[in-house]
Amino acid sequence: MKTVLRLLATASAVAFASSAAMAAGELNVYNWGNYTSPEMIKKFEEKFDVKVNLDGYDSNEAMLAKVKAGDTGYDIVVPGDYMIKVMIGEGLLEEVKPNEMENFKNVDPNWVDVWWDPGRNYSIPYQWGTTSFTVDTAVYDGDVDTLALLFDPPEVLKGRINMLNDMNDVINAGLRYLGYGRCNGNQDELREVLALLSKAKPHWRTMDYAVIEKLTSKDVDISQSWNGAAMRARAQRPTLKYAYPKEGFTGWMDNVAVLKGAPNLDNAKLFINFMMDPENAGLTSNFARYANGILGSDKFMEPEMLSAPEIVMPASAPAPDFVTPCPQEVVDLYNKIWTQLKQ
Amino acid sequence: MSDREPQSALAAAIDQNKRNERVTRAWLLAPALAIILAISILPLGITVVYSFLTPGTYGGVTWEFSTDSYVQFLFQRDIFDDTLVFNSAYVSIFLRSIGLALGATLGALILGFPTAYFIATKPREQRNIWLFLITLPFWTNLLIRTYAMLLIIRDEGIINIMLMKAGIISSPLTILYTDTAVFIGLIYSFLPFMVLPIYASLEKLDFSLVEAGYDLYANRLKVLFHVIVPLAKPGIVAGCILVFIPGLGAYITPELLGGGKKLMIGNMIAMQFGASRNWPFGSAAALILMALVIVVLLVNALAARRGASNNG
Repeated sequence: MKTVLRLLATASAVAFASSAAMAAGELNVYNWGNYTSPEMIKKFEEKFDVKVNLDGYDSNEAMLAKVKAGDTGYDIVVPGDYMIKVMIGEGLLEEVKPNEMENFKNVDPNWVDVWWDPGRNYSIPYQWGTTSFTVDTAVYDGDVDTLALLFDPPEVLKGRINMLNDMNDVINAGLRYLGYGRCNGNQDELREVLALLSKAKPHWRTMDYAVIEKLTSKDVDISQSWNGAAMRARAQRPTLKYAYPKEGFTGWMDNVAVLKGAPNLDNAKLFINFMMDPENAGLTSNFARYANGILGSDKFMEPEMLSAPEIVMPASAPAPDFVTPCPQEVVDLYNKIWTQLKQ
Repeated sequence: MSDREPQSALAAAIDQNKRNERVTRAWLLAPALAIILAISILPLGITVVYSFLTPGTYGGVTWEFSTDSYVQFLFQRDIFDDTLVFNSAYVSIFLRSIGLALGATLGALILGFPTAYFIATKPREQRNIWLFLITLPFWTNLLIRTYAMLLIIRDEGIINIMLMKAGIISSPLTILYTDTAVFIGLIYSFLPFMVLPIYASLEKLDFSLVEAGYDLYANRLKVLFHVIVPLAKPGIVAGCILVFIPGLGAYITPELLGGGKKLMIGNMIAMQFGASRNWPFGSAAALILMALVIVVLLVNALAARRGASNNG
């Protein structure tokens, strides 16, 4: 027993020493969980002789809370659109001027003058997609393109629904189903939303971010979902179909940005430029299964990505709705609705 | 006269010695006290201060005194107009957590007491092996153990597949993502906290008292409730406290096994530091939780003192 332990200790010591010797520098990446291509990271590590440490979060808000608490040691974060705007406003991001970098020419002009970072002084596109829901057509074979499946479900889907554990995604879907506007401060309309959600909640089995796991384990048959997650779930459960509800759905973009006070600022800048290279954006898309906003990356993407129904929207689908951050009064109202709903 | 002097010199020397000892003891204790101060009192102080501040727009706090966080716990300015009305949301979250924690404590007691008794009545040289088996799950991280439990009780999990293969049920039992799942998870996580203190008091139990009980024509139940349980009471109380308190603040178990539809205290507090962006309210809720725990401990201490004085 003792010899085994000693052997183990020696082996791990050797492993530590060798990994430390290899890395000339480090880069600490804080990205959404299960969202970073290991192949792309390996390529970056080898090209620049930098050791990349990866850590994950499951919501923009969780990331913000940790970053605000200070001294995280992270260099790179990947916030969603509205969160970029919030973080720029709070002075949490370093103005690294990606728009002056060599690879910026590859960024799709449609994604340059965006409302969350006009002209791209702080961030670059990482992945973009939509938030809707995905249904197992073997369980329910009717029309999937309506939010009624979540809020007024047919008998077969009752108790088989997962909603994202996300205040904004759930409330926004409710607002769309009732035909009301987003970031809504209208109290009568919000009262109706609360009634709608409370009535639907008994039919929901779970409220969880782990969409792929919930669907592939067959814990649920329908789940609110991001399009890429829906595609990854479909790989293991081929009867899943991603819906483009006629009432509308959310569009979003996650963006690579550098935290103010990043300990490895130079490596972080290298990483930003590296991520604008079409081949690397393609690697990321092949893993995370979303579109990326970098021109020429489709050459490096798997062919099934280019025709996937989760990525290529049908002509009949409404345009995705990019939701801007809501004013604090509205956030307060949303919070109250959310707490009431989950009490 | 003459022998008094050496005597007082001796007394002085003893005094000096004692004083030295006291100084040494103070110095030796200082590092431990400093650490306790730094890692327990200081964070608590920050929590208290934060609970009386105003939430910052995107998390954090602004330095403006406010008691809103405590008011918010019981009342709300009506969602839609501004009147103060009683708000049951947070109270019902607390009550649910207390209920689940009590249930888990009871469950752990029912499972834990016989286990502890079983171990305590084994031959001395075997006991360590049994104790080792009880503590074995602690070698694995709580998160991993909870995930394993999720795999066991899910619709297509081990339990359901076995029951269906055996033809006992035709469609899977819905255990996962219900309060039952949270119960199972809490009991599983905290069972050793129940077994170990009960074992400690049963181990000291003089089994000739049990024999005496039988000799006096008590039946098994009477011996259990009039001899064994009273003697094991300190262990039972300690075990219940050790299960109830962490159960009350449990975070991972309800999050993973409960399905996220209903909040428990721990999840509610975590939410205040995330999506709700209300750090002061999160701090206040944490302090209210702590106050509850202190009340439980005080009640226990008072009961113990009364019991002791009655016996005396």
